[in-house]
Amino acid sequence: MTAVAQRDPKNSFQDMILALHDFWSANGCLILQPYDMRMGAGTFHTATTLRALGPEPWNAAFVQPCRRPTDGRYGENPNRLQHYYQYQVILKPNPDNIQQLYRDSLGVIGIDPLKHDIRFVEDDWESPTLGAWGLGWEVWCDGMEVTQFTYFQQMGGFDCKPVAGELTYGLERLAMYIQGVDNVYDLNFDGRGVTYGDVFLENEKQMSKWNFEVADTDALFDLFNKAEAECRNCLANNVPIAAYEQAIEASHVFNLLQARGVISVQERASYMGRVRDLARSSCEKYAEHMAPRWQEKFPEWSL
Amino acid sequence: MSDFLLELRSEEIPARMQAGARADLERLFRAEMAAAGVSPGAVSVWSTPRRLALIACDLPLATEAVSEEAKGPPEGAPDQAIDGFCRKNGVTRDQLELRDVKGRNTYFAVIEKPGRAVADVLAEAIPAIVRAFPWPKSMRWGEASLSTESLRWVRPLSGVVALLDSDVVECEVGGVASGRLTRGHRFHSNGDIAIAGVADYAATLREAHVIVDQEERQNLIREQAAKVAADAGLTLVADEGLVIENAGLTEWPQPLLGRFDEEFLDVPPEVIQLSARTNQKYFVCEDSAGKLANAFVCTANIASSDGGAAIVDGNRKVLAARLSDARFFWELDQKTSLADHAKKLERITFHEKLGTVADKVERVAKLARWLVEEGIVTPSPSSREGGDRGQPGAPSPEAPAFAGTREELADLAEQAARLCKADLVTEMVGEFPELQGLMGGYYACAEGLPDAVADAIRDHYKPVGQGDDVPTAPVTVAVSLADKLDSLAGFFFEAMPPSGSKDPYALRRSAFGTLSIITKKGLRLNLRSLFLRTALPFAVRKVHAPSPFKLHRSKVMLDQILIDQNLAQKNGGDVQDLKNRIAATRDSLLDFFADRLKVQQREAGVRHDLIDAVFALGGEDDLVRLLARVHALQYFMDTEDGTNLLAGYKRAANILRKEGWEDTAERIARTGDEDPMENVDDPQMRAIYAQRGANGGLSYTPEAAEKALIDALDAAEPQAATAIEAEDFAAAMAALASLRAPIDRFFEEVTVNADEEIKRTTRLGLLARFRAAVHNVADFSRIEG
Repeated sequence: MTAVAQRDPKNSFQDMILALHDFWSANGCLILQPYDMRMGAGTFHTATTLRALGPEPWNAAFVQPCRRPTDGRYGENPNRLQHYYQYQVILKPNPDNIQQLYRDSLGVIGIDPLKHDIRFVEDDWESPTLGAWGLGWEVWCDGMEVTQFTYFQQMGGFDCKPVAGELTYGLERLAMYIQGVDNVYDLNFDGRGVTYGDVFLENEKQMSKWNFEVADTDALFDLFNKAEAECRNCLANNVPIAAYEQAIEASHVFNLLQARGVISVQERASYMGRVRDLARSSCEKYAEHMAPRWQEKFPEWSL
Repeated sequence: MSDFLLELRSEEIPARMQAGARADLERLFRAEMAAAGVSPGAVSVWSTPRRLALIACDLPLATEAVSEEAKGPPEGAPDQAIDGFCRKNGVTRDQLELRDVKGRNTYFAVIEKPGRAVADVLAEAIPAIVRAFPWPKSMRWGEASLSTESLRWVRPLSGVVALLDSDVVECEVGGVASGRLTRGHRFHSNGDIAIAGVADYAATLREAHVIVDQEERQNLIREQAAKVAADAGLTLVADEGLVIENAGLTEWPQPLLGRFDEEFLDVPPEVIQLSARTNQKYFVCEDSAGKLANAFVCTANIASSDGGAAIVDGNRKVLAARLSDARFFWELDQKTSLADHAKKLERITFHEKLGTVADKVERVAKLARWLVEEGIVTPSPSSREGGDRGQPGAPSPEAPAFAGTREELADLAEQAARLCKADLVTEMVGEFPELQGLMGGYYACAEGLPDAVADAIRDHYKPVGQGDDVPTAPVTVAVSLADKLDSLAGFFFEAMPPSGSKDPYALRRSAFGTLSIITKKGLRLNLRSLFLRTALPFAVRKVHAPSPFKLHRSKVMLDQILIDQNLAQKNGGDVQDLKNRIAATRDSLLDFFADRLKVQQREAGVRHDLIDAVFALGGEDDLVRLLARVHALQYFMDTEDGTNLLAGYKRAANILRKEGWEDTAERIARTGDEDPMENVDDPQMRAIYAQRGANGGLSYTPEAAEKALIDALDAAEPQAATAIEAEDFAAAMAALASLRAPIDRFFEEVTVNADEEIKRTTRLGLLARFRAAVHNVADFSRIEG
């Protein structure tokens, strides 16, 4: 049996992730696993969206695979992927030293802020789909956006009380940066020579082809409608977490339909409206469902 | 006297908000001081990404003591009244003074307000300023945000430094207590640093790698960026917006030059510059020949331990990724012809009431062709003010003369119009919407379309504002006019004109552009016909019917518009209603253009009363003729003849008004369908005026001066009429000028208000004739002076 090695984030993608886990775990976060559904961003994970609601403190960190079908480039673009990883940290309420913690986390994965230019550039975040918005920045490292840093102000149409700080690291970008690699497929995955390309290149090729060319659009339209119907069914039966999952499903199916180019500009707005309606209804239902319990613990608090 | 320092430290303030925040901080501070009766000396405000600071000099240590008096009831008034007066003024009865007021002893309350320590005033002012701060967007944060009542700031507020000279002004806002501790540069400085006194602030921060004065940072960036470019043998492309933005993003700015792969220079320079500027906030450089160089200047926020090598290398990679994306779009877009791109426009809604962009393109193509076929846009490349300068690096910088026939020009105009919106569906314009037009021009060139077509696609949005180039190449002019007119007519037809400050479809800009092109090119056209023609397709849309209307020679009349009654009814349309809407569109566009023209001419320095004097004639819808008249009038009114004629005119008009003289030949009210010109200068009408005025042969012997005026009018009227006919407005004014001496003499020697009714009427008629003659040139009643 081999002893646990030192983390080597400068030469290993997985060690970079593990170093972040070590850091955030040491700073009071639950280390969660990815949500087992296809989604476009880590923010969709219930550990972010649903947990941003309500008064209870919540500190968690996790990796979330993200799928953006239209970003697929058949493995030919060194920077763009239809499947990639985000590292999410949510701290509720945000601690006063959240920027300092973030800076320290960059140190842990090998970024020296006196050698590299770290900047907080205004970038507010809004997700009409989730009825959510927040203020914050995109964090630049030598001009590259490596993290989205947001103070959630509203979620599901409700004021965040208290406000949560959300950090979303773009893992591949950071790793390319740290490892000094120009092509994502050249990233050293394990520090022993297995590359990101070994793991994902074929996947990108096939999935790009499926997203853009193969996926059966009739089936996708059918899936969309079924997810929508099931979401309504869940809402009617007061299981808002299940309803929320169906909203995520509908959102992803919509993205696939977009990639297949079968949704016209006019229809697009209407589909987005339907997804938004599902997501917001689920968040609202969840908040209403939980509100009595929250109020019991925090008598001063109201939705 | 003392100096005051306030520093509000927060997490990174957006660069674009800092200038406004500085102004707000000073305004709020001054208001608080004024309310407390404190007048500060010099006030400086500074900002960095992490702090807003204010230093006010020469504050007094205390406000002045004030003694206020209030007059109360007279002695002997009921106790109730006296007690009430005491309560109101916060004094006791034995503190009241009795004074004699007009022989009555009256109670006075004297309230001594002692001076307050300015430190106390400031301690109250600081939280008030913070709470009242009008950030464009603000947020809550931290544990306190459990309640929505918690303090709001642009980003979390982390510290308040408040010093009066070297003493802390104690206060607290949103859980943050004031003190003398602040932080230096986020990475170059560690932990708290103490500010000893107001005078030490800037220097202490500088030691902690913070240049607190934004202007100093801006100067540093401007100079250093130019220097690193010069050191590399290049010239920085100056960009003041980027200077300010980078100064708002840094506390210790360090401009650094980097290079990108020369291969990317294949991509159009505008794309590279935009990508570098918008996404990365980099400056770009030019080589000695003025061509875009493969270099960028980024502004770091640290003096890096390796001299910036790692930073430059990182930024180079980011830019390379951006540019390779741009090149990917550039190459991908060219795999599809513009004609094929244009097919996708069917899927883009232009406006729900006006159909898709493809529908618009169809209308614009037909209109562009019509403008050429009707001779409004001609193959002549001539322009009044020299040629188009074109865009640097654009496919064809010089607007070429058009050598072909009218039919060939019409074909090219239609072709360009059909392709002019195709780039909206390209990847590049999707990424950089501000490159619309330009990219279409590049792609047209790349696929070998005629230069005139490529230029028209590139420039058809022009002019987009004051000072922008006005197109003059014939194909471009046809497409540009057609595109703008179509939008104007469409939104007016659907009753969506701009109102007040709301102009969501930029119709004022479209009208301005249309006017600029017409006047610059000297295009002769009849606006009423043009607007009818342009509004027509929107009526046709309503009934989904092809319109069998006939058009000839730039003159479209409403009664020539034939819409198939049966088809219309089948589709729920009412032909008369549609015709009314077309007419209404035309009329409101005429009014709209008149307004825009007035604004345009005013801005060009033409007196507004002269513009009004010509507009008041009404009916004129040839802009070129109208402006010629305005300009001749402007010239004439600067001469002595003009001034004197105006004086004579005003005297005549006053007498006529006083005598209640009424013109029977009032201008005919606009019905919407008369020939616009028929009333302005109609020889028959002139005869009527003449008869009306002079009343045929005179029944008495006129005085010499009277006779002289009649003779002068007899001579001047036909001269002016002929000159107007020939559009020689200077000559028309000269003819009027010949009336100046006779009218002056007439007023000197002739009694208008004669005892004999016949003389009185005749002489008033003569004055009316004089007034009418002047009115044929301009409505002098509108002219001031």
